[in-house]
Amino acid sequence: MSEPVNIENMSAKEMLGYFQNKLDEEAREHKKNGKLVCWSSSVAPSEIFVTMDVALCYPETHAAGIGARHGALDMLEVTEQKGYSTDLCSYARINLAYMDLLKEKALSGNTPEKLAKCPGADIPLPDVVVATNNICNTLLKWYENLSYELNVPFILIDAPYNHTMPVAPHNKKYMAEQIRHAITVLEKLSGKSFDWDKFREVQKQTQRSVKYWLKIAEMGSYKPSPLNGFDLLNFMALIVCARSRDYAELTFKKFVEELQQKEKEGKYAFGDNEQQRLVWEGIAVWPHVGHTFKSLKSRGMLMTGSTYPNVWQLAYEIDNLESIGESYSNVYTNTCVQNRARVLGDVGELGKCDALILHQNRSCKLMCFLNQSCAEIVHDRLDIPYVLFDGDQTDPRNFSPAQYDLRVQSLQEMVTDQKKQQRSPKS
Amino acid sequence: MLTLGIDIGSASSKAVILADGQTIVSQRVIQAGTGSSGPQRVLDAVFKKSGFSWDDFDNSVVTGYGRFSIEEVKNQVSEITCHAKGVAFLVPGVHTIIDIGGQDVKAISLDDRGFISKFFMNDKCAAGTGRFLEVMSRVLELDLSAMGDLHFQSRHPAQVSSTCTVFAESEIISLLSKGTPKEDIVAGVHYSTAVKAVALANRVGLRDEVVMCGGVASNRGVVDAISKSLNRKVSIAPLAQLSGALGAALIAAEEVRRRKDAGRTSAAETQGNHAPV
Repeated sequence: MSEPVNIENMSAKEMLGYFQNKLDEEAREHKKNGKLVCWSSSVAPSEIFVTMDVALCYPETHAAGIGARHGALDMLEVTEQKGYSTDLCSYARINLAYMDLLKEKALSGNTPEKLAKCPGADIPLPDVVVATNNICNTLLKWYENLSYELNVPFILIDAPYNHTMPVAPHNKKYMAEQIRHAITVLEKLSGKSFDWDKFREVQKQTQRSVKYWLKIAEMGSYKPSPLNGFDLLNFMALIVCARSRDYAELTFKKFVEELQQKEKEGKYAFGDNEQQRLVWEGIAVWPHVGHTFKSLKSRGMLMTGSTYPNVWQLAYEIDNLESIGESYSNVYTNTCVQNRARVLGDVGELGKCDALILHQNRSCKLMCFLNQSCAEIVHDRLDIPYVLFDGDQTDPRNFSPAQYDLRVQSLQEMVTDQKKQQRSPKS
Repeated sequence: MLTLGIDIGSASSKAVILADGQTIVSQRVIQAGTGSSGPQRVLDAVFKKSGFSWDDFDNSVVTGYGRFSIEEVKNQVSEITCHAKGVAFLVPGVHTIIDIGGQDVKAISLDDRGFISKFFMNDKCAAGTGRFLEVMSRVLELDLSAMGDLHFQSRHPAQVSSTCTVFAESEIISLLSKGTPKEDIVAGVHYSTAVKAVALANRVGLRDEVVMCGGVASNRGVVDAISKSLNRKVSIAPLAQLSGALGAALIAAEEVRRRKDAGRTSAAETQGNHAPV
């Protein structure tokens, strides 16, 4: 392990980088010392794994990192050559490729060229995998495949889709029972008993992380805003990977303080060029994240709200497994169109948004097949225009910068015209 | 007041010179788009015909896929806004527009004031665009301009896939080899083209009659197929291929008026400030 570092003097951004590296380093240490490493879907109950001292790695975040650092094509080539369809989620394709290369390295002792070149974090192979299908159902086969290829146990926490809200009592019980079952699996795997007192502290820690995460999102409600919404997409790495550790809380707390200071000093995200405020719906286009941001920034269009980071709004009662189960079940992607539209509208309202931009993500059917229906509901509720653009979270081939720019420019022109319309007397 | 509107598309370049935001002084379409000699040729043509040069314009706006390629023009406006503006000028009271160009198909809905309320476009697929028709005309060994008339001779339109230009092309080869009459294949191609536009139009919501613009609007067969598929009257905007360039010229004129109004207001305010107490 590296020497302890004084985080007091670090900026939130530096802390983000530091803790991300630290988490990966801890996972490698765990592997070296024979402790359990788990690959987890992004919104699975991390609390039980942290309680059992299992190191967590997150394939989705890992794949996003590879995409953002322009390493996706090499990984996608590996899975496509094995016969996986390009219609499959690109996070899954990248992770299955990474797993395959790691496995090849483990079996042969040689590092495959594509693995050596991979710009993603160096994460170890898992001893167990866990998925909660509250964010998509591709996860089921993806993780089943990981489990089969690596011959490791697969813990599935099945979150039934919520056709109505709130979450039905029987679904809360079902979720709670599955969490209990997962605990027994982990006890068996680790040979250790579950420490319920530690579990209580981990839950409290998670709630503190969530509280500060939501505080960051709330900073987008200032007009002009000190918060650039694209920063949420970066800081999100810690709410995914470290919400049950103090790493997330410390970093978010620092970021909130920085934003509050900026607000006090009148230092806004786009200076004096905040022309319009947007809700961004969907995952970022990681390989083109710079382009998508710059295209908006050049027009003074600031993202002040996004539903995607709100996925980790995991508030629950301490020591109440059904409440924990409920919070992992009512993730907005796992809920009916009415609830999704409500969440989207609330985000738009909080961020005082003028328009809505929705990513039709070829990788994520669950997140985007309801986009237009939700946008229509929000359009009626907030009277703001919307636009859809075609893209992909990590397959760079599925995004066209020119198509995106045209949609963004047209959206801005619609907002401008709408404002003119509101200013002029009714005909 | 003299304004210039330029529309640099993927397949053609268009320009309109407008006097006082009302009267078209000069207009031209060149069938060569961005990255070709088309943009320069279209400008040369309208300048030559009108006798005007860059210095004569009070303002100019460029739109289209190649809107960032004209160095002399600083104002770029999206083709969505320009087409809507142009068609609303040509067909007052229009609420639903379908624009089919070389590589785009768009549906736009306008509110009662002529402002855009929604728009949808095709994404990464050329099916249903002008390029799709071009490819099919080559396979059919027909001039693109002959396809519209042939459409109305069809009695049993053939089924042509709407999902992929390449697959549709091989379907046509197969239909030709089976001896299917060309007019039926042509009608099938037009119905196939209509599928994309109709889906987008239904998404923006239909209101009153639909107005078509863009280069493909000159193909009466496609217009007929869209009309039958929508079960609704579809009319063709006058100067259909020029509506984007016209919209650009109109926006340029509005900007000039705004500047003048702002100048007057500012002058009036200045006067007011100096009024004797």
